[in-house]
Amino acid sequence: MNVRRLAYLAWPPLTVFAGVFAMLEVAVRAGWIASFLVPRPSDAIKSLGANFAEIAGAFMATASAALRGFGLSVAVGVVVAVALSSGGLVRRAFYPYAVFFQTVPIIAVAPLLVIWFGFDQGAVIASAFVASVFPVIANTLSGLMSVDAPLVDLFRLYRARPLAALVKLRLPFALPQIFTGLRVAAGLSVIGAIVGEFITGSGLGGLIQVARQQRKIDKVFATLLVTSLLGVAMFAMINAVARLTLRHWHASERTEGA
Amino acid sequence: MIVHDASRQFDNGLLAVDGLSISIPAGQFLALLGPSGCGKSTLLRMIAGLDRPTRGRVDVSAGGVGYVFQDAHLLPWRNVIDNVALPLELARLPANQRDDRAAEALNLVGLSEFGAMYPAQLSGGMRMRVSLARALVGRPNLLLLDEPFAALDEITRQQLDDLLRGLWQRTGMTILFVTHSIQEAAYLADRVIVLSRRPARVMLDHVMAMPSSRDAALRTSAAFAAEARLLFQALERGERL
Repeated sequence: MNVRRLAYLAWPPLTVFAGVFAMLEVAVRAGWIASFLVPRPSDAIKSLGANFAEIAGAFMATASAALRGFGLSVAVGVVVAVALSSGGLVRRAFYPYAVFFQTVPIIAVAPLLVIWFGFDQGAVIASAFVASVFPVIANTLSGLMSVDAPLVDLFRLYRARPLAALVKLRLPFALPQIFTGLRVAAGLSVIGAIVGEFITGSGLGGLIQVARQQRKIDKVFATLLVTSLLGVAMFAMINAVARLTLRHWHASERTEGA
Repeated sequence: MIVHDASRQFDNGLLAVDGLSISIPAGQFLALLGPSGCGKSTLLRMIAGLDRPTRGRVDVSAGGVGYVFQDAHLLPWRNVIDNVALPLELARLPANQRDDRAAEALNLVGLSEFGAMYPAQLSGGMRMRVSLARALVGRPNLLLLDEPFAALDEITRQQLDDLLRGLWQRTGMTILFVTHSIQEAAYLADRVIVLSRRPARVMLDHVMAMPSSRDAALRTSAAFAAEARLLFQALERGERL
């Protein structure tokens, strides 16, 4: 991606950011919004500068846990989806339990994960995993199940082994939908990691908790800003991989990639 | 290849084919002409071994079978040459042989230059040529085509008709071509079987009285019109059945 394209993509959201930033700054300075509810954006930025080493360290810890939880979701999610797609009975028997991961409130499970995995990164990774695995399973499964019938016939006609049909047809066919699942899962893995850290007290989640208890609202917002940047970065990463992988599929992706 | 008193009833009770018998001598170009939804695709699938008759038999003595669908159905993530080589890959042929034979098959359909392109970069007619090359790459003795050119514009379709006819004359394979187009059946085939509406029954089994080398002039000739009329009348009888 070249600089011009990056600028083209970045200026609208950056303009919105600057607009909201300015409006909040004015509103808080004028006293329309109490500064113990929302800090002056400039104070949040100052706080970010003052606590940079601490926030950056927390960022690295959270990013590492979120990425590991996300990676685990991708690996486990795809394998589970392949298993579920193998037969109607298997799917009917096990899919309801996969839905568990979507419906369970992560905030309620996180303390349990800490009991199981202890007050270190293990529990945070597990929390990121639990929060993000379902979209991977659901989207991969849906992609695997929607392969064009004639293509399935083609592979049957040439007596493809099940593994060949999986690797050469079903998984590649499901890729666009798998990436849809990954985009959702990337954001959820950050949420899961933060919730886990609320309990363990580490990383960005722990920092938010402590700053909140100390009534340092500017530091809470500074940390929140960095947290959302983590989510955006992971989303952008998935998008870049998806574009690279799918560039030949559609004419539009091709010309943009050239 | 023989279809002997074959029937196919689906689980929902729909009777697609009812006691149909057809035999095709090796090397013949046979068109199956019938209205949409008459069961001719089901028949083709049974001959390909993708479906089984609920009653009767389908015996295919041919070595390899090639199959062309209504749409090209290429794998969008593979370039042209890798799409064509897919059947050889699934048959686990060594890579060096695959590429040579895929290039050969692409040459047959006049797309030698396009091996590195991706399906999204090709026109509908070119994609269908690639699909044809994929069906030919295994050097089948029997080529089955299920309304392959129905979605193409008229000019492209006539070009592909000529291409297919030429391939048949060069290779001597047996071709079974399913279509709902009278013109296409009359132009392409040496023998046309007209089917009734569902469940498909044979209304006419006719050897075409036409020269073996065919060109655009034939499409407007009186002989062609007479043959087309014969097929049309048989189709009409099949509708009233």
